Amino acid sequence: MDIIRNFCIIAHIDHGKSTLADRMLQLTGVVDERQMRAQYLDRMDIERERGITIKSQAVRLPWTGRDGRGYVLNLIDTPGHVDFTYEVSRSLAACEGAILLVDAAQGIEAQTLANLYLALAADLHLIPVLNKIDLPAAQPARYAEELAGILGCDPAEVLQVSAKTGEGVRDLLNEVVSQVPPPRGDPHAPARALIFDSVYDTYRGVVTYVRVVDGRLSRREKSLMMSTGAAHDTLEVGVISPEPVPVASLGAGEVGYLITGVKDVRQARVGDTVTRADRPAAEALAGYDHPRPMVFSGLYPMDGDDYPDLRDALDKLSLNDAALVYEPETSTALGFGFRCGFLGLLHMEIVRERLEREFDLSLISTAPNVVYRVTMDSGAELTVTNPSDFPSGQAGVATVSGDIAKGKIAAVFEPVVKATILAPADYIGTIMELCQSRRGTLLGMEYLSTDRVEIRYRMPLAEIIFDFFDQLKSRSRGYASLDYEADGEQEANLVKVDILLQGQPVDAFSQIVHADAAREYGLSMTSKLRELIPRQQFEVPIQAAIGSRVIARENIRALRKDVLAKCYGGDITRKRKLLEKQKEGKKRMKTIGRVEVPQEAFIAALSTTPDKR
Amino acid sequence: MAGALPAGDPVPPDGALPAAALAGVGERPFGVYVHVPFCLTRCGYCDFNTYTAAELGGGASRDGYAALAIAEIRFARRVLGTARAPVTSVFFGGGTPTVLPPSHLAEIVRAIDGEFGLAAGAEVTVEANPETVDERVMAGLRAAGMTRISLGMQSAAPHVLATLDRVHEPGRPARCARWAREAGFEHVNLDLIYGTPGESAADWAATLEAAVAAGPDHISAYALIVEPGTRLAARVGRGEVPRPDDDAMADRYLAADDLLTAAGLRWYEISNWAAGDRARCRHNLLYWTGGDWWGIGPGAHSHIGGTRWWNVKHPTAYAARITAGVSPGHAREVLTASERWLEQVLLETRLASGFPLDGLGGKGRVAAGAAVASGLLDAAALRSGRVVLTRQGRLLADGVVRDLTG
Repeated sequence: MDIIRNFCIIAHIDHGKSTLADRMLQLTGVVDERQMRAQYLDRMDIERERGITIKSQAVRLPWTGRDGRGYVLNLIDTPGHVDFTYEVSRSLAACEGAILLVDAAQGIEAQTLANLYLALAADLHLIPVLNKIDLPAAQPARYAEELAGILGCDPAEVLQVSAKTGEGVRDLLNEVVSQVPPPRGDPHAPARALIFDSVYDTYRGVVTYVRVVDGRLSRREKSLMMSTGAAHDTLEVGVISPEPVPVASLGAGEVGYLITGVKDVRQARVGDTVTRADRPAAEALAGYDHPRPMVFSGLYPMDGDDYPDLRDALDKLSLNDAALVYEPETSTALGFGFRCGFLGLLHMEIVRERLEREFDLSLISTAPNVVYRVTMDSGAELTVTNPSDFPSGQAGVATVSGDIAKGKIAAVFEPVVKATILAPADYIGTIMELCQSRRGTLLGMEYLSTDRVEIRYRMPLAEIIFDFFDQLKSRSRGYASLDYEADGEQEANLVKVDILLQGQPVDAFSQIVHADAAREYGLSMTSKLRELIPRQQFEVPIQAAIGSRVIARENIRALRKDVLAKCYGGDITRKRKLLEKQKEGKKRMKTIGRVEVPQEAFIAALSTTPDKR
Repeated sequence: MAGALPAGDPVPPDGALPAAALAGVGERPFGVYVHVPFCLTRCGYCDFNTYTAAELGGGASRDGYAALAIAEIRFARRVLGTARAPVTSVFFGGGTPTVLPPSHLAEIVRAIDGEFGLAAGAEVTVEANPETVDERVMAGLRAAGMTRISLGMQSAAPHVLATLDRVHEPGRPARCARWAREAGFEHVNLDLIYGTPGESAADWAATLEAAVAAGPDHISAYALIVEPGTRLAARVGRGEVPRPDDDAMADRYLAADDLLTAAGLRWYEISNWAAGDRARCRHNLLYWTGGDWWGIGPGAHSHIGGTRWWNVKHPTAYAARITAGVSPGHAREVLTASERWLEQVLLETRLASGFPLDGLGGKGRVAAGAAVASGLLDAAALRSGRVVLTRQGRLLADGVVRDLTG
């Protein structure tokens, strides 16, 4: 056990974590030049393209230390985005140490800081490292000072590397050996292993990643999931180096994988403890909280015929993504689809992109919303994940939620988060202005260095998921970074704004907003739709309303002319093709009452970010 | 002819047509379109296939053009075989046909007559820009066999003509119309454009009055289309001139219909008005009623019995094909029965004579009923089994056709 070092890398997107991992794979000889490809550990195309890690990976690296001894280093890759904090904490629990990797030209970012705090809370040994020292813009001295200030170490202890050129990486691996403590655990006790990830593989079934804490797991004995009590044949145990390599057994302190013939990741739940069926442990290891979806959105196929395919695709994706929840819903405007719950906006985007790319689906998604808790005068309580289900608040008016939603609303509660923003001090004013306008309450502000600050706000989550990040980036010229964590709920004066076309409500456009922002939402939505919906053969009023009270109104004037004046002999083919195209387009239109709304109008109206054109 | 050519299937080098297309040639009206791809100047709104240089190289020139056109006429005769196919109409369009001397146009007419025979009372139209013709040319055109002249008047307002890059003086079209009558032209058409940036409602009314006063028996009035790639589109794009407004276009159209109707000209196609049935343009009606025609010249489109094709666009490429004795066809399409039906609904609905209700599908007949309720189709006509647009319906014809064929 004393030759094992389990560690992870904590870094912000683009700070070079995957490149550093690539260099480590090469230096330790696990991957040779011929096999090498960039971002070796990021398996999904989407991970490589976006330069992010979504799923954690564990890879075993053999290394000869300065003392000449052979060591086994287990690098446990961690996701770097706020949405995946949950995955990060899982990875951290499998390690004794963490490399804190920071771009020497940019300094620490808010999410890195948040993950750093998670690592400190998990009692991990931290090795601060500045990357990209080869860049002309690098300021290693300045950011070493900043890191030292946060960690309470000496700036000289901050290592400097270039993952790109490989400079300093050998020293870093040696420091991992000398600084990260070896795992502790009882090799003779009944086996206990913590599941830190579970991945569905089409060919091999569920592959379960574990960190063995006590005892030994081997292929010969049946394994037992302690939360369910279900025993399974152990078909294979192995390590990743960097491809799966079967081994006879995994001992205390080791990191590897199990294949048990389980078909569904939910039967090998992350956070569960695996033990041996013949000699089970008495007590399970401390697990993790199950991740709770924070952001909801309706996903609908562009082509209604694709609904069964969307259902199959969601079933398959969720095999690998325990955080994704979904249930069928019907929209009068968009047809049959699913209300899906996500960890955050990036999670939502990634799921959507994977559905479109890996399953060849074209989707429309409704504007994201959070979960509301609504209490009624009658004492009844509702959980609202879809704005259409928000009670109208008027006595005697039934909504789709049925009887329970009748009567008057007593109170509405919305989720709140603690947001941490790191930014150059120059932008304090504009950032505070933004947070204030989003109903934030200042919790505190600290200077990380003379010109960088950490600003903390308590804010409604709903304000963050609506265009906040883009605003923050544009107001700070891209310098500010954001992290947030759930922080309970608060009562708020919230109302549902409905959008009506010719008097018909369009459920996909209903949104729950703060009463003070309702009119602005109504105005922006109605004017946006006025631009997006083509003129019809009749006038179309567009209204925004709270209940029966109209708060904004626009008109689409009736179309008076659409005919192409000329039609010579040479125009006929083109005119017929145009007509065929328009007829196709008409099939893809959604009809609200008599109004034909092109799908592009839905997509554009539902996008949270303003059109960049 | 405008813009880029559509995509299609290859045309065999000998231009051979499917047997189904050849069946019935000569039983349907048969027209010849002759494209003259030359102009003296290029107008900023025009995206037609035309060139201002007299000499384009590779055997393509104004002077040599008649010989090429005649060669294609002979080629057409070979492709169509020995079937009797008297030509019921000829139309010289462009470009500006009158940049060629009348004697060249006469040679072309003679070649058509020689190969196919002109039917008794055939209509032979020539387009002309007012600045390119005078009394002498008029007489020459008549002598060449033209029976109908279509004059590009466009507007009576000097600033509108300037925006359109038209170089004639405002009074000239009326004089041309008079010379045409004096030379013995049976039919005179004036082409008008409305909705030009900077044109007021009063400008348009004055244009209509001037046109009517010139005494034509036919007027075509087209809404200006800002075609992509033209100088006008670039100017609109830069914000130098405002984009034409559809609502203003609708007002102009209604004004035209009022004034022309009062002057005794009746609409018979969306953009065309004529003084009686005999004044209608038979050649254009052939396009709109699925007749046969052969288009001569670069970029010209043809249609024979459900096969459409279009010639290579550039005069030099065209000259090379013709000289080599191979088909100048760039691509073609053999229409399916449903495509032919779609075209028929699309084209005939634009006519005052309309389309038979029983030619529509079940959904289309329901849509026709709804269009009557919305005031877009004529109720009385529908009761007698025909789909005929109302005035309001003419302006929304594209949407109506979409609903009828949906």
